[in-house]
Amino acid sequence: MTPFRVSITAAIAAVILLLVIFELIRSRRLQERYALLWLLTGLVIFVLAVWRGLLSKFADAVGIAYPPSALFVLASFFVLVVLLHYSTVISKLSDQNTALAQRLALMENRLEERETKTD
Amino acid sequence: MTGQELDVAERRDARLTAVRRIAVLPARNEEKSVAGVIHEIRTADPELEIVVVDDGSVDATSQVAEATGAAVLRLPYNLGIGGAVQTGYQYALEKDFDIAVQVDADGQHDPKEIARLLEPILEGRADMVVGTRFAEGGGYRGTRMRRVGIHLFAAIVSLIVRQRVTDTTSGFRAANRKVIRLFAADYPHDYPEVEATVVLTRYGLKMIEVPVQMRIRETGNSSITAVRSVYYMVKVLLALFIGLFRRYPTPLEEP
Repeated sequence: MTPFRVSITAAIAAVILLLVIFELIRSRRLQERYALLWLLTGLVIFVLAVWRGLLSKFADAVGIAYPPSALFVLASFFVLVVLLHYSTVISKLSDQNTALAQRLALMENRLEERETKTD
Repeated sequence: MTGQELDVAERRDARLTAVRRIAVLPARNEEKSVAGVIHEIRTADPELEIVVVDDGSVDATSQVAEATGAAVLRLPYNLGIGGAVQTGYQYALEKDFDIAVQVDADGQHDPKEIARLLEPILEGRADMVVGTRFAEGGGYRGTRMRRVGIHLFAAIVSLIVRQRVTDTTSGFRAANRKVIRLFAADYPHDYPEVEATVVLTRYGLKMIEVPVQMRIRETGNSSITAVRSVYYMVKVLLALFIGLFRRYPTPLEEP
């Protein structure tokens, strides 16, 4: 069984994470679409920290002898997923940035052509 | 038409002559329907100017729209419906329009109904008017999943804005200058209609619904597929919930 103090610490950490996410969305520094994965992470950690039986069952099922390790394995897994998600977001942003720069260059050229014509 | 009805129509036309108005058509891959919609709008209201916001189409949407003589804003890549519609509002603000009407380029909104959306704004009864499929007199058929989502949002939004709202996802809406200014600066992402209604009310502006008849889409699919609808529902619910804890400054007067 998970030591009581581990459960409490993990639950407090999860609640703090959730509160920080909430405040970031509220103050518009984080868009909802990028917050969903974080919220899921926070919620899963919180539920497993509080519901000690479920954590033990999960540890058993995947063959981890010490349940608190399962909590941190799961937390790392979620962090990995969030990072992967961000990699896809960065790829998309970089594509869009390229498109923007190209359109700007073409636009500048068109503008200059028009200006030389009127001179 | 009876004499009295003619009177009303004439009075409305007189009121409209001083009002500069524009239809905003967000369009993504709508080459088959966009020209037809533009033509119908011009038939219904020749003085209504038109701007098509091409949201990263890979077909000939822009060229078809340009050929009709409408203004076309071609986004460099797909921004999603929220970003596209907001671009239209920014155009309307920059060009000093008094009223902007959102009309889908896929033909599901009947331009003949635009006059009914303008009426409450001209009379000063509302800042934004939404054409609804559900209020008395409207007609709507759709998949069960969509209807469940629409009714759920309707119930939640009605609670938040303390006013009966039947169709929060309708993109057939008319906005006055105050709303144009607000939406040009602050418009939700992705799936914006539900949040836009709430944000508007929380800024102290008035929204009303008008029943309209909507048609089955001429071409294209709904931008909301079955898989994505759950994600959108969760996202919009989260946005609505957190929106409750935001503070909104009081209405923006013309500077």
